[in-house]
Amino acid sequence: MSVDKETVAKIANLARIAVSEDELESTAGELNNILDWVEQLSEVDTDGVEPMTSVVAAALPRRVDEVTDGGYRDQVLKNAPASEHGFFAVPKVIE
Amino acid sequence: MSNLYQGATGDWEVVIGLEIHAQVISESKLFSGSSTKFGSEPNTQVSFVCSAQPGMLPVINDECVRQAIRTGLAMGCQINLRSVFDRKNYFYADLPQGYQISQFKDPIVGEGVVTVDLEDGSTKDIGVERLHLEQDAGKSMHDQHPTMTYVDLNRSGVALMEIVSMPDMRSAEEAGAYFKKIRSLVRYAGTCDGNMDQGSMRADVNVSVRRPGEELGTRTETKNVNSIRYMMLVIESEIRRQVGVLEDGGTIAQETRLFEVATGTTRTMRSKEEAHDYRYFPDPDLLPLEFSQELVDKLAKEMPELADAKRDRFIKDLHITSYNASVLVAEKESADYFEELLAATVAKTAKPVSELGTLVSNWVTGDLFGALKKLGKGITESPVSIEHAAELLNLQVDGTISGRIAKEVFELMLETGSSPETIVEEKGLKQVSDTGAIETMIDEILAANADKVEQYRGGKDKLYGFFVGQVMKQTGGKANPQVVNQLLRPKLDG
Amino acid sequence: MTELTKLTLSAARDGLHNGDFTSAEITAEHLNAIDDAKELNTYIEVTSDQAMNMAASADAMIKDGNAKGMTGIPIGIKDLYCTKGVHSQSASHILDGFKPEYESTVTSNLWNDGAVMLGKTNMDEFAMGSSNENSYYGPVINPWRATGSDKNTVPGGSSGGSAAAVAADISIATTGTDTGGSIRQPASFTGLVGFKPTYGRCSRFGMIAFASSLDQAGPLTKTVRDAAIMMESMAGYDAKDSTSINVEVPNYEAALTGDIRGLKVGIPKEYHSDGMPAAIEKLWQQGIGWLKDAGAEIVDISLPHTKYALPTYYIVAPAECSSNLARYDGVKYGLRVAGDSLDDMYKNTRAAGFGDEVKRRILIGTYVLSAGYYDAYYLKAQRVRTLIADDFKSAYQKCDVILTPTAPSEAFNLGDKVSDPLAMYLNDVFTVPASLAGLPGISVPAGLSSDGLPLGLQLLGQAFGEEQLLNVADVLETAAGFNIKPAKWWGE
Repeated sequence: MSVDKETVAKIANLARIAVSEDELESTAGELNNILDWVEQLSEVDTDGVEPMTSVVAAALPRRVDEVTDGGYRDQVLKNAPASEHGFFAVPKVIE
Repeated sequence: MSNLYQGATGDWEVVIGLEIHAQVISESKLFSGSSTKFGSEPNTQVSFVCSAQPGMLPVINDECVRQAIRTGLAMGCQINLRSVFDRKNYFYADLPQGYQISQFKDPIVGEGVVTVDLEDGSTKDIGVERLHLEQDAGKSMHDQHPTMTYVDLNRSGVALMEIVSMPDMRSAEEAGAYFKKIRSLVRYAGTCDGNMDQGSMRADVNVSVRRPGEELGTRTETKNVNSIRYMMLVIESEIRRQVGVLEDGGTIAQETRLFEVATGTTRTMRSKEEAHDYRYFPDPDLLPLEFSQELVDKLAKEMPELADAKRDRFIKDLHITSYNASVLVAEKESADYFEELLAATVAKTAKPVSELGTLVSNWVTGDLFGALKKLGKGITESPVSIEHAAELLNLQVDGTISGRIAKEVFELMLETGSSPETIVEEKGLKQVSDTGAIETMIDEILAANADKVEQYRGGKDKLYGFFVGQVMKQTGGKANPQVVNQLLRPKLDG
Repeated sequence: MTELTKLTLSAARDGLHNGDFTSAEITAEHLNAIDDAKELNTYIEVTSDQAMNMAASADAMIKDGNAKGMTGIPIGIKDLYCTKGVHSQSASHILDGFKPEYESTVTSNLWNDGAVMLGKTNMDEFAMGSSNENSYYGPVINPWRATGSDKNTVPGGSSGGSAAAVAADISIATTGTDTGGSIRQPASFTGLVGFKPTYGRCSRFGMIAFASSLDQAGPLTKTVRDAAIMMESMAGYDAKDSTSINVEVPNYEAALTGDIRGLKVGIPKEYHSDGMPAAIEKLWQQGIGWLKDAGAEIVDISLPHTKYALPTYYIVAPAECSSNLARYDGVKYGLRVAGDSLDDMYKNTRAAGFGDEVKRRILIGTYVLSAGYYDAYYLKAQRVRTLIADDFKSAYQKCDVILTPTAPSEAFNLGDKVSDPLAMYLNDVFTVPASLAGLPGISVPAGLSSDGLPLGLQLLGQAFGEEQLLNVADVLETAAGFNIKPAKWWGE
């Protein structure tokens, strides 16, 4: 499997990272180097092997249903690049 | 019954599937301790966790897990003792993590079947594919500022149950009936309040058409439809549109559409996203969710009575009509009101429930619902308290007033808010059951209408009503009809 | 008076408890030393005022007889830990100006015990790197240089700032984080002890995530005893982290008995790699000898899937990071670069805010999770990961701990490997397998390379076998007797 410029553009878009036209080629090269290298995993026989979901042998803890958090809007908004009237503000979205 | 849609070139079969998003009733959010209360100031019910601040981690709310299990049980679904939370990755302003924690491959609830009632009295089984738990997104407001979208994360992270149906529905009516059924189930189970105007329940509607017997057609998905009426409009307009396109030789694009209230139709979303690639993978911040069969059994045992069981019990134990029973259980609040009123009436009259079921159910579905409809109010806003209603029915049961007077008293209760006993007392509406007085009155009436008595005795039976009417007229309707009958008939038959 | 910056943590503790000096004195001396060592670029932010206030509180604690192991000890905190009101950016441009309104659990634990924060240490951006050359704030310089050389070497990564700070005596100890070797490899490069506990031993709450299934907190210290003292403070169950494990924290220091007689030490044959410097192979053999002399039994073991650990890691970690780093979108905190639409704003912000290595990993991670590739890459890697964990389970049927080299080389020169990501990745070849299995590991300084640069040996333990692991590490440390410091070439 090998990624081309188009694939890089597609992934970059999925990841929301602007990659300029002239960077696409070199990025494709870098990604291919890594992907070719990890390709060696195909040598491993994994038939019947369960994929790891957690290295921890424990059950998911569940918390009691109580309101224990929130109610500090100023702190939540404090680091926001833009906020107005208690909202986060972002460039206008057209649906 | 045929559900085929007649196009210009022949019949079409419609295939509908629904993804219902039902907000879980819980105090706090699915993975954070922020409140779920509706309608608060923006971003006041937001923690560092639900605003996805760096280094924050999810911890699951036990009650949300239980609610999902209860809902699964209510729908008769398989409950999965092990399920996995996955991340669904996409970017949006009101999705602070950049992913939604959901369940993809291994949901908490698996397959089941619900039976829905259709208008013509028939029923249909609709398959439920799965129910999974997931986080709700925040809310984007696009109309508050000329160049900015405002984001409120109060709803971000609230627990949702996504209930996915099989593509088993073949008409807007079936889809509506299925949605109503699910809504009733979650409300009875106490797992979702079903408030569509607050967005507690909404549906993504998948519609496709095909020639009968052919392969499934390409479907469109209309997102976030928040009323049953709109849902039916969406389906009907999509059928018309898709059949139109296909009959003109076109093809249907698999796409996400938006419902426009103004036109009652759907349109393509303007912000056409790239083909969705959500890159689901198990959330490494969470371990698999595991619980015991004992927990499931316990929740099943504690499960509140659901609508169908309640209706059957009303018919069997309370001897009320199947029609009344169905009307009462259609909304949980009506059934609750009825049962409370029945209990209060039993307490006042000291009569067994089986004798009172018909009276109370007739009153609720007839008098009360009629009045509420006129007032434009729901049962929870009823101006008549259970206490007053039970008093009114008791006055009827113990013979203090007649059924006709009861209606009059009820009108006055609605107007004044006074207790029925006060009204009956003040207006002197007590039924006259004094046999002496009624007998005297009957004698006078018979004497004054000797010709009619003759005609009656000559075989004109219908005149019986005339004599009753005369007695009622003279007593202002307060004569006890039973006493009148007992006295009048022997005298007339002479 | 002793030079207070030269003290080990345990010596500083004892001195503080005895009243030989105060925390204010040690702290002030460290702050001076930090000022003198600016060219090492170890600290991104120095919190002098806060440090002196915390030292005063610590001195009061000691006076009141409430002193604990960490009370009054000045430490540096990796920039990846969220510290309330203080620079916490994981050395990334994308978190520009971010000062959290909350504190990580690990640092809270340390502050509750009276530790003193000197500042936030430099690191590879979002903990991605093995040389600390990937920081937005510039590379960290290793205080160690090859014999007779004036070339700068790298301190390893990603906890390079934390490692260099302790090696240069400008912090008594530091916190690091280890995802694939980010504590152990820099410890080896700088002649320190670096300890990564079992996954789930320390809370990840408030640690800026890189790869959630691998990230663990741990200390970088001058001695094994120091690591034991510091871990006792950092560790503990936290209900705010669903992967934190509810196991009581023992007194780790008490586990250092010096007695390892009868203990079985496994030597994995797969760790003998071609092209490994002779000095490292030799040191490993020496290590085996030292433990044997101390009464341990040496057993040959096999971890057959070792060679697949790195490629597995470079699928799993980027996959998780591609998702973990999606929250840096210019909306809630940090950098925002304007754009014509929401999507443009996202793309511009993330292009400007992330460095090259971070972008590379996000793209790789996005790719291996995308439709059509998920099974071939991500799922395959998670299956191999199961096999790697199973390898360790089988090995631990035969032995109690495992001894390996920590890294395949000594510290290399700054700039040597930046243009070759794959060569850089190979640094973690010996540390990654245990990370994938969630097992504890510790690097102990054991000798010098032919160029006079420090080299570490790595001991791996069983899940929650930290006490035994530390005990063996202590014995190894004593036997190695490594007590060489880098010659001071920086500052005044």
